Amino acid sequence: MAPILELKNINKYFGSSKERVTAVNSLELRIEQGEIVCLVGESGCGKSTTGRMVVGLLPPSDGQILFEGQDIAQMNRADYQAYRRAVQIIHQDPYASLNPTQPIQQMLTTPLLRHKKASTQRSAEKRAAELLEIVDLTPVSDFMNKYPHQLSGGQRQRVSVARALTVEPKFIVADEAVSMVDVSIRVSLLNMLARLKSEFDVTFLFITHDLALAKYFAWNGRIVVMYLGRIVEEGPTQRVITDPRHPYTQALLAAVPEADPDLARRKKQIELRSAEIPSLLNLPAGCTFHPRCPYAVPGQCDRLVPALDAIAEGGSVACPIRKYESIELLAA
Amino acid sequence: MNTTVQKHLTLENVHVNYQTRSGNVQAVRGVTLDLLAGESLALIGESGSGKTTLGLSIVKLLVDTATVEPGRITYRREDQEIDVLALRGNQLREFRWRDCAMVFQSALNAFNPVLRVWEQALDTAQSHGWHDRQAVRERFLELLRYVQLDPNRVINAYPLLLEPTILILDEPTTALDILTQRTIIDLLRQIKNEKNITMIFISHDLAIAAELANRVATMYAGRVVELGGVEDIFYRPRHPYTMGLIRAVPTVLGGFEELFSIPGSPPDLINLPSGCPFHPRCSFATSKCQIEEPPLIQITPSQAAACWHWQDVEIELQNKPLRVRK
Repeated sequence: MAPILELKNINKYFGSSKERVTAVNSLELRIEQGEIVCLVGESGCGKSTTGRMVVGLLPPSDGQILFEGQDIAQMNRADYQAYRRAVQIIHQDPYASLNPTQPIQQMLTTPLLRHKKASTQRSAEKRAAELLEIVDLTPVSDFMNKYPHQLSGGQRQRVSVARALTVEPKFIVADEAVSMVDVSIRVSLLNMLARLKSEFDVTFLFITHDLALAKYFAWNGRIVVMYLGRIVEEGPTQRVITDPRHPYTQALLAAVPEADPDLARRKKQIELRSAEIPSLLNLPAGCTFHPRCPYAVPGQCDRLVPALDAIAEGGSVACPIRKYESIELLAA
Repeated sequence: MNTTVQKHLTLENVHVNYQTRSGNVQAVRGVTLDLLAGESLALIGESGSGKTTLGLSIVKLLVDTATVEPGRITYRREDQEIDVLALRGNQLREFRWRDCAMVFQSALNAFNPVLRVWEQALDTAQSHGWHDRQAVRERFLELLRYVQLDPNRVINAYPLLLEPTILILDEPTTALDILTQRTIIDLLRQIKNEKNITMIFISHDLAIAAELANRVATMYAGRVVELGGVEDIFYRPRHPYTMGLIRAVPTVLGGFEELFSIPGSPPDLINLPSGCPFHPRCSFATSKCQIEEPPLIQITPSQAAACWHWQDVEIELQNKPLRVRK
C-alpha cells in the first residue's frame, strides 16, 4: 500500500532570484497510515514551511507531494478538494485562529453543513455536540453558545481540534499546537490528540521545537530532525532520543534544558565550533552543519552534501563520518 | 568566614492589586520571603500566578494601576536597611541598577534600536552618575569579553554593568532556540558562580529552575504555596500543585514517563475560589479546603508548603514516586 503521504525531493524557495532563501531543501519523507511523526528543529529549519506544504497552504517550488499515492498537483478538482478535507492543520495560536464573532456551535455547524457531513441544522448541531465531547469540552451545553474570548487557551485549542474534526480528516498537521498552552494542561491536550489516533486512525505530523514534548507524544512513533531546510536524522523516537548519531541531533539533545535537577547535572556538554547559525541567504557548502560541527572533516564535509543513509538501529542519518558512532549523553 | 547566611532581601506580607474595569485583580496576596545572599531562587507557576508581578514589585516597576498595600520590602546594603517601597527619585535609581537589576522577557525589545551597544552602555552608566568615560569603556569591554560578543548574550551584559548584587531574570530563555538557551543557561551559571550575584529566576519553564536554582518557590493565585530546596521541590514536593506541575512536564533523556494534567483551569484572580484557591483542581481537597486557606507550614528546616493535606501528598508519592533515578 502507498504511504498516506509522500514528499519527493521537495524544495521551497522564498524571495526573489537575487535574494533567495532556501527554506526547504531536497526533502524526502514518507509517512505511513496511522503513524505519529514529529518534525523537530530550531526556528528557521523549515519545519513549519514543510507543514504548510503538506496541507496545501503553500505550493512547493519543485518536487512532488503525493497523498495516498496521488500527486496533489495533478489531481482533478474533486480529488484535490477531498485531499484538502482529509489533511487538516491545527495552528499554534488559538487566540488568532478562531473567529471571535462566532459562537462555538456555529464554528462547527458551518463546515459540517458546507461539506455535507450533516444535511440539516439539527443533525449538524447533534454532530457538533459529539465533537465537543470527543475533545473533552463537557458538559457540551456549557460550551455550545460561548465565544472564543470566554474560553481559556487550552479550551480554545480543543475547539480548533473539534473544528478540524468536522471534515473527518485522515491526517492532522499540528504545528506547535500546545506551545501556547499552560504546562499543567498541555498533557491532557496531547493525550486527547493521541486518542484521535487510536480511535479514528488519524495520522499525525506533529511539528515542535520542544524535544521533550516530541519524545512524549511520539514515544511509539518517529522523530525527524531538520536543520537549515534539510533532514539530518530520522528514526524511531526511542532510538533517536537514546542513541542519536548526527552531531546536530546530539548537540540539541545535550543542550536542551531538563526539568529534573539530576538529569540537568548529569548532562554532558557538547562544544560546537561556532554558536552562530548560518544565514539562510548564504548557506555553507557541503553539509550545512559543518562550520559548527565538532567532527567536521576538512575537504569532505565542506564540499559534499551528505546523503541520508539508513542505519541498522533504525532510521537514517545524514553524516557519513558519525553515523556508526554512539555517544553517551549522560554521565553515570 | 562568616557562616551566618545573610538575608539580602526580605519580603513581608507583600500584596499587589491591579485596579481594572472588571474589578480588583489580586495578583500577589501576602508573600513573605527571605532572599539569601548568593543564592538563586526560582519562582515557578503558570501565567497569572503572580510571579512576574512579584519581581516587578521588588524593583518598583509596577504600572500605575497597581498598588502595593500592605507589604514591606527590605534590602540590606552592608549594615544599612533600606525600605524599598519608600524609595523615590535618585535613591530609587541607584537601587534599581546598583543594587538590584531586572532582565525582562523580551530583552531584545528592551534595547534602543538606534543606539549602538556601546552608546547604550555609556548612557546607562552616565545616568547613574558614572562619568569616567574610560572606566565605563573598560568595564563594558570586560563584560563583552565575558559574554563572548554573542548578540544573544550581550543583552545579559547590561544589567551587570553597574555590578548589582541582585539580578532578577524574567523568563530569561523563553522563545529562544535550544542551542541559544543553553548558552544563556551556561552564562548565567558562570555569572552566578564567579560574581556571587544573588539571582531570582522567574519562569513557567520548570527546566530553568532545575538547571539554575538552589531554592524554588511555587506560586499559585498570588501566593507562595511551596518553598524548598530544588531537590525537595522536584523529588519530594508536598503541595499538590507543585506535584501536579512536575507530573505534567516531560524530560528529554529521562526515558518513558507517565504524565498527568492538572484538571480545570487557573483561577479567576478577581473572584478567587473560597478557602485554598487550588481546591477546585485538587484531588486531595476536603471540605476544610473550601473554607480555610492554609498558611505556609514548615515541614522540614528546608521546606514549607501551604496545604492542609501535605502528609497525604507524601503518602501518594511514596506509592508513586516522582522521577527518582540512580
